[in-house]
Amino acid sequence: MFDALSERFERLNTSLRSRGRLSDVDLDQALADVRLALLEADVELGVVRAFLDAVRERLSGEALSQSLSPGQQVIKAVHEQLIEVLGGTPLKVTYASKPPTVVLLAGLQGAGKTTAAAKLAAWFKQQGRQPYLVAADLQRPAAVEQLRVLAEQIGVGVYSENSNPVEVARKGVAEAARLGRDVVIIDTAGRLSIDEALMDEVRHISSATSPHYTFLVIDAVTGQDAVQTARAFHDALSLSGLVVTKLDYDARGGAVLSARGVVGRPVVFASTGEKIADFDLFYPERMASRILGMGDVLTLIEQAERTMDPSVVAESAGRMMSGTFTLDDFLAQLNQVRKMGSLGGLMKLMPGVSKEMRTAASNVDEGELNRVEAIVRSMTPKERRDPNIIDGSRRTRIAKGSATSVSAVNQLLKQFGEMRKMMRQMGNGAPAMPAGMGRMASLAAKARSESLPAGFEALGAGMASAASAPRGGGSKNKKKKGGRVTPPKQR
Amino acid sequence: MIALYIVLAIVVVAALVIVVRRRGRRRVPQLAPPRAAMPEVLVTEVTSMPSLTTVRLEERLATSRGVFDRVRSLSPSDHLSEEQLAVVEEVLLRSDVGLTTANAVLEELRSHGAPDGVAAAVREILLSSLSGDRTTSAEADEGRVPVWLFVGVNGVGKTTTIGKLAKRNHDAGRSVLLAAGDTFRAAAADQLEQWATRTDSGIVRANEGADPGSVVHDAIGRASAKGFDIVLADTAGRRANSTNLLDELSKVRRVADRAPGQVVETLLVLDATTGQNALSQAQEFLAASGVTGIVLTKLDGTARGGIVIAIERDLGVPVKFVGVGEGVDDLIVFDPEEFVDSLLST
Ligand SMILES: Nc1nc2c(ncn2[C@@H]2O[C@H](COP(=O)(O)OP(=O)(O)OP(=O)(O)O)[C@@H](O)[C@H]2O)c(=O)[nH]1
Ligand SMILES: [Mg+2]
Repeated sequence: MFDALSERFERLNTSLRSRGRLSDVDLDQALADVRLALLEADVELGVVRAFLDAVRERLSGEALSQSLSPGQQVIKAVHEQLIEVLGGTPLKVTYASKPPTVVLLAGLQGAGKTTAAAKLAAWFKQQGRQPYLVAADLQRPAAVEQLRVLAEQIGVGVYSENSNPVEVARKGVAEAARLGRDVVIIDTAGRLSIDEALMDEVRHISSATSPHYTFLVIDAVTGQDAVQTARAFHDALSLSGLVVTKLDYDARGGAVLSARGVVGRPVVFASTGEKIADFDLFYPERMASRILGMGDVLTLIEQAERTMDPSVVAESAGRMMSGTFTLDDFLAQLNQVRKMGSLGGLMKLMPGVSKEMRTAASNVDEGELNRVEAIVRSMTPKERRDPNIIDGSRRTRIAKGSATSVSAVNQLLKQFGEMRKMMRQMGNGAPAMPAGMGRMASLAAKARSESLPAGFEALGAGMASAASAPRGGGSKNKKKKGGRVTPPKQR
Repeated sequence: MIALYIVLAIVVVAALVIVVRRRGRRRVPQLAPPRAAMPEVLVTEVTSMPSLTTVRLEERLATSRGVFDRVRSLSPSDHLSEEQLAVVEEVLLRSDVGLTTANAVLEELRSHGAPDGVAAAVREILLSSLSGDRTTSAEADEGRVPVWLFVGVNGVGKTTTIGKLAKRNHDAGRSVLLAAGDTFRAAAADQLEQWATRTDSGIVRANEGADPGSVVHDAIGRASAKGFDIVLADTAGRRANSTNLLDELSKVRRVADRAPGQVVETLLVLDATTGQNALSQAQEFLAASGVTGIVLTKLDGTARGGIVIAIERDLGVPVKFVGVGEGVDDLIVFDPEEFVDSLLST
């Protein structure tokens, strides 16, 4: 399950087993590796330190588990600790007995507040509420207009006037009450934590509207500054929680841990794309895996579901299992995957992929994929269904047709043959499938006497967890009516 | 042909999940219950950073105090202790330079020591990575209109930077036409139009959802017909891990580069608060749109933007301008020495 880091921990595995306990030296070594992983993920230095201390405490003196290798045990502790910090005590969104419930959004410039405000309104609407938006960003040109356009798309009213942000906010809340709206969301201008005048302003907005919830909107790609920013906003506004944006980027998102770590308030919502619907409750476990570089399969799958055509995928998956996967299927799949994004980006979300593999993936140039596609397209339908009939002369024709070489055609066919063989084996025993995947890749690589980047073998294990991980747990918690929404601690 | 396997791996994952889900086999992974109670607040004491009363980079540099003073106070030495190196590492990592750059600096210090003081040595090592050519061109071939194209992820400051650079070009005596190439985000063209008004520039805009390429094309046609000296073209913010969005950008660039247009600068706008992801942003945008320079925004905040060192060193893309505020004049030409000093002044 924890492949990326466990690769680093291989050396811990055997030597320690007999001792039955992790020594301080071993632990130091292991935690040094964890430290690097966290720093690579942009977790702030101070937060890294405190986090490692907590992990050390958790592990020290503890008896080694029988079923886990020492390395695995360290990772398990790290992972659990991450989930605990990220999940913490989840926030229950309750509604004010005297409506409207006021929600204030604040954050740095460009964090995504305006979009988040509209998405949040849409989310409340989905909960059966009647939200209202207040455009209190009078700083950025056309920010009010932006919110108006978005509000219209989701069918929610907006309050705006050209006075000053505090006035707008106060009157906006009053207007919401007059209109009988039960939730009002205030969008504010982006501001730097060291801009005292603007921090004062947002404090005034807060005291003028007494928000029930104040959320800091924070960008998932943020670096070390996350701590400074989160702390300053928390000091000024006493945050109730965080909203993380841009989780559809390929960043590891350590900033979420940093901000969560210093503020001590839960992450409540996560924004995963430009569309209004790309917004949901926050899932601590996904984030934990992602920060550790263990992939974020669920986000990958969501991306897949947004862009892939499920019938196409499921159909060829069936054939994959039964061993009748054709080059047509492959072509269809290739196109589906390319729709999802760059290979490098996708690989970052995959579990169990080594750094080398990721680098290889990000170096794959689109031209290579184009060549593969061209070769397959130059085959006749019959050839694609049954590549065995492709003899020498057909190969020459295909090479010409695709403007490649015969050896490129040979290579592709050979690899495809290997793949199919493996697939058939996997199909025969479903449980063998995940493990087979990694083997498939290395087998094929061996066939070409080329070494595959380390870590591919591990893919299988990661996929096993992908397959067993249910998703959309949040929807169960979204009651159409009624007051409580609790971000699930456990998916 | 690693690509083949990667594609297949992804397909298999997706397929597997879909199949498994359709069969309705669901198994909730069992996680052990937490053993140690977790403190609500992980870090109570944040290492203090200077509270800055002024937003001017230059002024800030003059008054900078902080962790780097610890480095300064380390005495010159041919051999640095691990503690000394740890201080350097901390300073660097806190500035978002990233592990690779930090390790490279430590390696240098280990092998060459710091005979003139640690601060000077670190400064010099970092500066050696910032040696690119920072000149910008506003000249196109005879009969063609120079175009500056602005690219970057969402919310980094592209549109604001265009406003600032419109002013700069205007001050240099050029007539400026803005092209509202962000036809995706709500009210993006309105935002740019306000900058056009503020800076006395022309603007070409279209309805939301229009083809960005044709907006840029129209702007170039208009500039050429009416004799504008330069076109500054906005584009929609886009994530750097989407082939579709990057393809769209490549297309806009091709259109902008077709006569009578000529793209003389493609400026990637990066937000200084961004961590390590900035490197992959730079990689992807470079590949998709031939970036010629970087504008590093929001350096007026507490973030340091140290990742640009890795970008300039590894990708050879120089930083050309720095954004230090939301006003039209809050843009300065990048100065490596000033930048390195500010980086180390946390
Ligand atoms: N403090 C500060 N804020 C800046 C700077 N540059 C831009 N901003 C602010 O950052 C926010 C986003 O800027 P935009 O120019 O809208 O960014 P963009 O990249 O065009 O955003 P999209 O078009 O939405 O992708 C605005 O509130 C700007 O005022 C800067 O150098 N310093
Ligand atoms: Mg913009």
